[in-house]
Amino acid sequence: MTAIASSINAFRGVASSVPDATRPVETAAQSRLEVASKKIEVEKLHAFFGTAEVLKGIDLPIYSTKVTAIIGPSGCGKSTFVRCINRMHEVTRNARTTGRVLLDGRDIYARNVDAVTVRRRVGMVFQKPNPFPTMNIRDNVLAGLRLNGLSTRDGETIVEQSLSRVALWDEVKDNLGRSGASLSGGQQQRLCIARCLALEPEVILMDEPCSALDPIATARVEALINELRERYTIVIVTHNMQQAARVADFTAFFYMGELVEHDQTKVIFTRPGNQRTEDYITGRFG
Amino acid sequence: MASLHTDQKYEKELQRLRDRVVIMGGSVEDMLDGALRAFAARDADLARAVIERDRGVDQLEIEIDERCLQVLARRQPVASDLRFITTALKIVTDLERTGDLAANICKRVIELKQLAPAEFELPIGRMGAVAQGMLRNAIGAFIKRDAPRAARVMARDESVDDAYAELFPTLLQHTSGDQESLTRSQALQSVGRYIERIADHATNIGEMVVFMVDGEDVRHASLRPDNATAH
Repeated sequence: MTAIASSINAFRGVASSVPDATRPVETAAQSRLEVASKKIEVEKLHAFFGTAEVLKGIDLPIYSTKVTAIIGPSGCGKSTFVRCINRMHEVTRNARTTGRVLLDGRDIYARNVDAVTVRRRVGMVFQKPNPFPTMNIRDNVLAGLRLNGLSTRDGETIVEQSLSRVALWDEVKDNLGRSGASLSGGQQQRLCIARCLALEPEVILMDEPCSALDPIATARVEALINELRERYTIVIVTHNMQQAARVADFTAFFYMGELVEHDQTKVIFTRPGNQRTEDYITGRFG
Repeated sequence: MASLHTDQKYEKELQRLRDRVVIMGGSVEDMLDGALRAFAARDADLARAVIERDRGVDQLEIEIDERCLQVLARRQPVASDLRFITTALKIVTDLERTGDLAANICKRVIELKQLAPAEFELPIGRMGAVAQGMLRNAIGAFIKRDAPRAARVMARDESVDDAYAELFPTLLQHTSGDQESLTRSQALQSVGRYIERIADHATNIGEMVVFMVDGEDVRHASLRPDNATAH
């Protein structure tokens, strides 16, 4: 699937549900931070591509207005995991899930839940900046609203607010009619985040949002994540462990489709509880 | 036993750093051993030889600090590697100061060389032996990554503190008004203080080894949440 197709699918979808009433396993982070409220509770989540099981029973809380980083080697199921928590996984042919993902206590896979509504509440930013190339900056910001059939009557206000929140307004306010593709890579990624924010999501999923950016653009996006955490719950998939250490409140280490360890980032990067986590983050993985 | 790093160059950098800390620890142990033997025998030549070695220990401190800095800047270590680097950075300071204190003992030995050892000095020798054992075990615990051994080092510090507290009244008892007696007591008091501080540095190393191995900060027990009311 191309990046742009992924982007469009992020706003559209089909419904399916396989609810599971089993209770979640308490993680170390949960026991240490009982006061934080959970925005999302993932319970016994299994994900499949055909017969291949890529997630093998994940139990993980995502805390409200915190940044949770998902780390792990290639193929461990990080991206699949985030795609399951806004129902993007099911868009792929032959892909399915079992288990529950509770958003504010309600299972997003329940039969009466609309996937499009889920994706509006749980927005997504992709690895490669993917502004719609034929649209100008203004229309890129409003694209999500239009694809969802929502009103853009207050479009100018939404555009200004969304671009201001990603610290892009001052850079582009005089050129809103320019193509989104004319911006630098870092600006394009912030434009994509603005497009996500225009839909007023509650959760933002970021799948390696800085892997195509230079260090300065990466620093800007990380600073932005730091500001967005005030209002939004953020889940970030990253291969860059220093990035996880810098931006995340919590870190979850995945390996071969399993959640190995989840804890406060300050614990994971100084004294992880599991030897496999230790081996991975210190570069001892075969 | 932890497995090796995938990046062999990084593995070698850490191994080389570990080796340099061990060499520095061995040098400081030798200095203390020499200082205590020089003190017992009033051997000014040995004392001067020990003082000469301090320069090498200082050079090792600078070299190890630089190696740690390079690893921090270029490798961004985390977890056990980060704990190892921070431990190395901290214990080289304790080792360097222990070397200074061994050299200070030797300077007092040179002052005392005309004055034969007296029987009332024996507690100083016993203090020295305990501190020496603490240092040896602290360095051994670092090499073997042995947290229980490091914890035993910490437990012995109090006995040295107690012996030092008893030293002053003993010296006072044996001090007369003449210049020779005063000079002796003053020097012996200093040697006792140096040994007490060496035991403190060995304790610091033991605490850092526990942190390096278990990730647990065992310094300043009264400040930990579970002992908040203890002082």
